[in-house]
Order: sequence, then C-alpha cells, then structure tokens
Amino acid sequence: MTAQFPALALILLFPALGFLFNVFYGNRAGRDAVNLVGPGVIFLAFAIALWGFARLLAMPAGAALEVTLWPWIIAGQFHTAIALRFDALSAVMTLIVSGVGAIIHLYSVGYMAHDKDYARYFAYMNLFALSMLILVLADNLLLMFVGWEGVGLCSYLLIAFWYDNAQFAYNGRKAFVVNRVGDAGFILGILTILSALAAQGVWTLNFAELEAHRAMLAPVATMAGLLLLFGATGKSAQIPLYVWLPDAMVGPTPVSALIHAATMVTAGVYMIARMHFLYTLTPDAMYVVAVIGTVTAFFAATVAMVQTDIKRVLAYSTISQLGYMFMGVGAGAFAAGIFHVMTHAFFKGLLFLCAGSIIHSLDGEQDMTRMGGLWRRMPITYATMLAGTLAISAVPGFSGYFSKDLILERTLAAGYAGLWLIGVVTAGLTAFYMFRLLFLTFHGSSRVAPDKHVHESPPVMTVPLIILGALSVIGGWVQLPNGWLWGGAFTRFLKPVFGPFHTEAAQGIATSAIGLAALMATLVGFLLAYLFYIRQPELPDRIASGASALYQLLVRKYYVDELYNLVFGRFLFWSSENVLSRGVDNGLIDGIVDGTGLGVEEAGEVTRRSETGNVQVYAFVYLLGAVGIVAYYVYLVMVR
Amino acid sequence: MVPMSYLVGLSAVLFTIGVAGVLLRRNTIVIFMSIEIMLNAVNLAFVALGRRLGSMDGQVIVFFVMTVAAAEAAVGLAIIISVFRNRATVNADELNLMRW
Repeated sequence: MTAQFPALALILLFPALGFLFNVFYGNRAGRDAVNLVGPGVIFLAFAIALWGFARLLAMPAGAALEVTLWPWIIAGQFHTAIALRFDALSAVMTLIVSGVGAIIHLYSVGYMAHDKDYARYFAYMNLFALSMLILVLADNLLLMFVGWEGVGLCSYLLIAFWYDNAQFAYNGRKAFVVNRVGDAGFILGILTILSALAAQGVWTLNFAELEAHRAMLAPVATMAGLLLLFGATGKSAQIPLYVWLPDAMVGPTPVSALIHAATMVTAGVYMIARMHFLYTLTPDAMYVVAVIGTVTAFFAATVAMVQTDIKRVLAYSTISQLGYMFMGVGAGAFAAGIFHVMTHAFFKGLLFLCAGSIIHSLDGEQDMTRMGGLWRRMPITYATMLAGTLAISAVPGFSGYFSKDLILERTLAAGYAGLWLIGVVTAGLTAFYMFRLLFLTFHGSSRVAPDKHVHESPPVMTVPLIILGALSVIGGWVQLPNGWLWGGAFTRFLKPVFGPFHTEAAQGIATSAIGLAALMATLVGFLLAYLFYIRQPELPDRIASGASALYQLLVRKYYVDELYNLVFGRFLFWSSENVLSRGVDNGLIDGIVDGTGLGVEEAGEVTRRSETGNVQVYAFVYLLGAVGIVAYYVYLVMVR
Repeated sequence: MVPMSYLVGLSAVLFTIGVAGVLLRRNTIVIFMSIEIMLNAVNLAFVALGRRLGSMDGQVIVFFVMTVAAAEAAVGLAIIISVFRNRATVNADELNLMRW
C-alpha cells in the first residue's frame, strides 16, 4: 500500500536551495553564511527523512510513501514523471545519504576553513547531495539515471576541485570518462528493458510497474542485467572500471569520505538491489555479479597491503569492501549487501575523516612513511580511527562484523564455496592492511618531519568523528544473529521490498563454524600486522626486497593503469587529438563557420563593383527596370 | 486636327532625347536640362491625350507638373552650386564619392 507524503519533495528541495544559494550568493554572503547553509540544508533533509521514516514505521509492512512532483515525459504511450518513492529500501539509503552526508558537511566546515573557494565547495557538495537523493528516491529507472549522471558530474567537479594542479584536473577527467563508459552500458540496459516491455505493449520504467511485469523481462534478463552491471562497475569501482577511484583521492578528503566511500560508490549496489526482480530472473548474471565482487575484493585488498599513501590504502579498501557488497547481492542476499552499505558508510566515512584529520594536522602530508607515533598528540582521532579499524576488520561486536559475517554466511548458503573462501582470505587481508595503516600512522617511533606542528583537530571536526565512531560500534546492532534479542530486525524491515528473495538473519559464530573461519582470518591478519609493524619493523623491507618482483607488481597495482593506457588510452588520445580536434572541430566546424563568413566576404567583393558612384550608370539601370515593367504590361495587354 | 499618333510620337521622341541626355552628357547642368526636356515631353503627352478624351484632367495635371518642375529646378541648381563649391567641378564622371 502507498500513501502520499508531499514533504518528501522537501528532501530534494533543501539541498537544491543550498546549491543555488552557495553558487550565486556564496562569495558575497561570506564564509559564516555558507558554513551555515551548506551543512544546514543537509541536516534539514535528514530531519525530513527521519519524519518519513517514522511515518513508514507506523504503517503496515511493505508500505511506501510516494509523491509525484510533475509529469516529465509524455511521448505517445510512454509516460514518466518526476516522482519519489520512499519504501523501506529507499528509506535506509536516504537516511544514510542525508545523515552521513550532514555529518561530513559539518566536518568540511573545519577542513576547508582555510580554503578560499569555500562557496564553490559547498555548492558542489549540496549539488551532489541533491543528485544522490534523487538517485535513491526515484521511483523510476529514468529518474534514477538522472541522479546517477548527476553524482558522476559532482564527483568530477569535486575531484578536480583544486584544478590549478594539472594532475588533479586530469584525475577528475579520468573519473568522469571511466564513469561515462559504464553509463553507456547502463543506458543500453535501460533500453533493453524498455524494448522487451514495449514489444508486449507496456511502456513504463517505473520500478513498481517493472516488478509487476517481471515475467515479460525474462527473455532479456541476462543481457539487461549484465549491461546494468557494467554501469554499476563504473559507478561502484569494480573490475574493470575501478581505475578512477584511487586517483580520485586528490580531491579534498571530506569528498573522498562522502562520495567515494559512503554514498556515490554504493549507487551500483543500490541499483542492483532495486532491480532485484530482474536479477533474480537470471542466475547467470547474478553469478557474474558475485564473481566480479569477490575477485575485486581480493584483488584490491592485495594492492592495499603495500601502498604508502594513507588515502590510497583507504581507496583500495573501499573498492575491496564494495566487492563484498557485490558478492552479497550476487549471492541473492540483497538486504545483506545493503546492510554492508550502511555499516561501510559509517566506518569508511569515519576512516576517511580521520585520515583527513591527520592530513590537516600534518599540513598536507599523506605518506605513511612520514608519520608515526601520533596517538599521544591526536587522541580523539586515534580512538575513533581505532573504532573504525575494528569495525572494518569485522571484529565481533562492531558494525562491520555483523554485515560482513552475514554476507559471507549467505554466500556459502547459496552454494558458492569458492567465493566464500576467497572472501574469508580477503577478510584476513583487510585486517592486515587496516592495522598496518593504524600502526604505521599512530604507533611506533615518529617519522614526522620536524617542522610539522602536530595537533588535534578542532571540535567541528572531532565531533563528527565521534558520532561516526559511535555509529561504527553500534550501527551493526540493528541486525543481530538469529535468536539474539531482536534478531534480524534490519533484514526483517527490508523483507517486504525483496519479497521472496528475503535474506535470513545470520546464524552467528556461536552456532556455526562459518563465522569462526572469518574470525580466524581476521586474527591472523591482525597478528601479522602487529608482527610486521610493531614487533619487527625491519621485516617488511626484507620481504619486499626478497620477493621484489611480486612486491613491485602489487605496488604498481598490477600495471592495470599502464595496460589501459596502452590498449585504450593511446588510441583514444590520438584520435581525439587528430580526428576530432583537428579534423572535425578545427577543420569541419570552424571551416563551416569561417567559411560562411569568407563566402559572404567574397560575394561582397564581387557585388560591390556595381557601386560605381556614377549617377548616370544608376539612372541607366533605373531605365532598364522601368522599360521592363512597361514591356511586361504591354505584353499582358497584347496577349489579352 | 493633328492626328494623335503624331503628338504622342513627338512626345516619345522628346522623352527619349531627354533620357539620352541624362545618361550620356557629362555636365550636370546639361543633365538637368535633359530632365526638363523629359518633363515637357510628358506634359505634351498629357495635353494631347486630354484633348483626345475631351477632358480637362490632362491640362490640370500639366499645371502640377510644371509647378513641381520649377521647384525641382530650383532645388537642383542649389545642389549643383553646393557641389561646385565643394568639389570645384560639375563633371558627373568626377562626382563619384559613393564609389566602392
């Protein structure tokens, strides 16, 4: 059952107004006004989302709140409207986006306090929030795609925020182009779905109606599923389109936290969950989803183990955790994937903000080999980062444990033992590289440059850390294993959305050996990290020089960027430079425009010779004309 | 009574002489004289046709034409004098400021 809830529109209106204010009046209004409006509108959106959530809870299970803003496309039989749908799934996503988003906006006030482009920053951030909220609230595939494109644009704008640096601008372009490649697949997926339905006379892209006509999608399900997946790999940084995410770290750290950890990159997972009715028709496509997720998770974790830039470690960690989410939804455990989206938003957002706190304190230093021993002088950052690390390492009791454990358990239950095993190993790797990060940054002897003034961050930055830290600890308690207190409340809440593809609550380590395996892996990872970076710090270098080929392979990220450059990049740049830029742009288009002007000039050159300035010549022409007219009339009279 | 064709024919001949003068003579004042010839040719045609049709309209129109011709001559000669003062010539071939 659905109910109308016009206030939903406010969730979009507030960020939109914030964007307009910051874009047009931001610089004139001053830093204080922007610092109030920028985060403020997101907090307001969160408040409305909470209100909607409370409304939803009071309604029977499976209910949804809707509002139609205006009809958008009416083309023959095809109708689409700008309409929002707030059901259990979009409620969870909206709360994550607006909640974590608001916290990160607040943090940005402190982080960007010395940047002169504060208005542009908050304008872009608000625009991003607007786009992401459109994406999660859309009630049809086309409107979701609008949000999808919007977040891609904002990602580009914010990555290349300090565009004076040519490398940063390049990385922004790279992110946008790679995303666009994925979007091509996404569009083809949408068209495949529409063509299958149109052949039967149904013209709609509304999610509820698509689900109702699910049977008509069966013949194209695999194709559409794979095409949409291709789009998702671009947005959610999976193999093969993940290459933009590590380079996206050149943007401001709150951007990395919000866009490239908590929200935008989860859009792919959300899309697959939203289209669960399509994917469940095609076990083949779902298997591909799960395999891509698992392989990406493992692959990214191996690269994260040897990176020295703190943000790059977290970037690869994000790619790896997103792989887990894909593994979850690929195995049919949609609610588990969304659960990990939520906990990941908490702990990964936290980890990035802590990294930002460190970078801010060390005046731009991001190399972990030049950190160390910071825990005494940055206690709050340390404590919250420790909480985040424990959460991502899936230590029991922390949020990441419940979600990762659920995914692993569901994967094994679906029969994918191989994928489960890789997932367990990756969990061990995760613990290793995260504790490596923690130890290198905060423990041991200080390798910080002597001119750095290490200080704890101001409250406007540490309060968000504490909030997210608390959420990283308790955020997972909404989904406890079977039989514990309220059991799987989260998956139960999402049950009506996924219908028959409901995710059962986990069995927990007490009752299954599955959870125990992952726990063992985590412990091994932690102990190895402890050994390498606390006990015997010279060990990593010995191993690196001993297995130097393998080490180089990992440090250079398996040379994937170089490979892409060779296969696609060089041809692309060559053809853009010579065919499109010189040939079409300079040659054809400029040719037409300039040519038109030149043509007119030439014609003028010719025709001006008739301007002799000699009146008698003009009189002669006049005479000819007059004679002509008279002759014509005479002719008429004669013939008549 | 003189046949109509003679009168209208004479008018046509006079008109053509006037046109030739306008187009071919170099001296601006002579061009003006040619214009006067053209106007008088037209006057002759009007009077002849008026008599042929038995109406006074032809002669009334001639009044108007003569008046306008006089006024036009006055203005035209004023222009020629002004041009002469500026350019020291009344040779039409040399008055080509509007040339490309």
